[in-house]
Amino acid sequence: MTISHFGAVLLFSLFTSVVFGITQRSDPRMMVRFGAFCFALFVGGTIAASWVMWLIKH
Amino acid sequence: MQVAGFVSFQSNLLKGQIYVNHGGVLINIIFSTLSAPFGGAFCAFTLLSSNPAMATNVSAPARAVQSSSFPTMVLIAGWLIPGAGHLMLRKWVRGGLIMASILAMFTIGLALKGKIYSPNTGDLLDILNFAGDLGNGLLYVLARIFDLGQAAVQVATADYGTKFIVVAGLLNIISAVDAHSLATGRKRS
Repeated sequence: MTISHFGAVLLFSLFTSVVFGITQRSDPRMMVRFGAFCFALFVGGTIAASWVMWLIKH
Repeated sequence: MQVAGFVSFQSNLLKGQIYVNHGGVLINIIFSTLSAPFGGAFCAFTLLSSNPAMATNVSAPARAVQSSSFPTMVLIAGWLIPGAGHLMLRKWVRGGLIMASILAMFTIGLALKGKIYSPNTGDLLDILNFAGDLGNGLLYVLARIFDLGQAAVQVATADYGTKFIVVAGLLNIISAVDAHSLATGRKRS
């Protein structure tokens, strides 16, 4: 199986956010919100860190 | 008629218990209010025999009376089989989602030629990775029995696979502890 780096980020973020949402909140609606928040932070944080590394290199 | 009881208020939750002995009939009243004073009040009344030893408490919000070992069983089941702890508590959607997520992460990790760590006393990171892998429960045992996973990282993306497997184990531990908290009532729902 081959996977792109971004694909790996998306899969990792998705599965981790699902578990975080379920385990860290009690209300189902808050679970969805917290899961979406975690997913956005994972993906957004990775993209931001990638740009920072690119700027450091150049 | 004899009346005895107590009321406590802790972290926005009002709890109380009152015993009334009226003509040899013991009445045990347990009540609690969520988000007091504005939350809904739940009261449960039980008419009991005159023998206090036969008294059975009915708490509110009502929870099924479970044996004292049930939360431990939930914890162990949740660790051995991802999502099983929530399924035992009849949280079907949560259990299914947790099971699907952790199984998918573990499988993708293996497909990416991730490494399965064995017990070791070498590098500290190797020991920690082994502890993370162990969190997968029976998945880890099966992987070891069928010799799945790579002994060493051979391609660049294999390191992702290794991390997927370790994180799947850590998430499984979080899920099992969450199921245990639900079983003990420490987590509301």
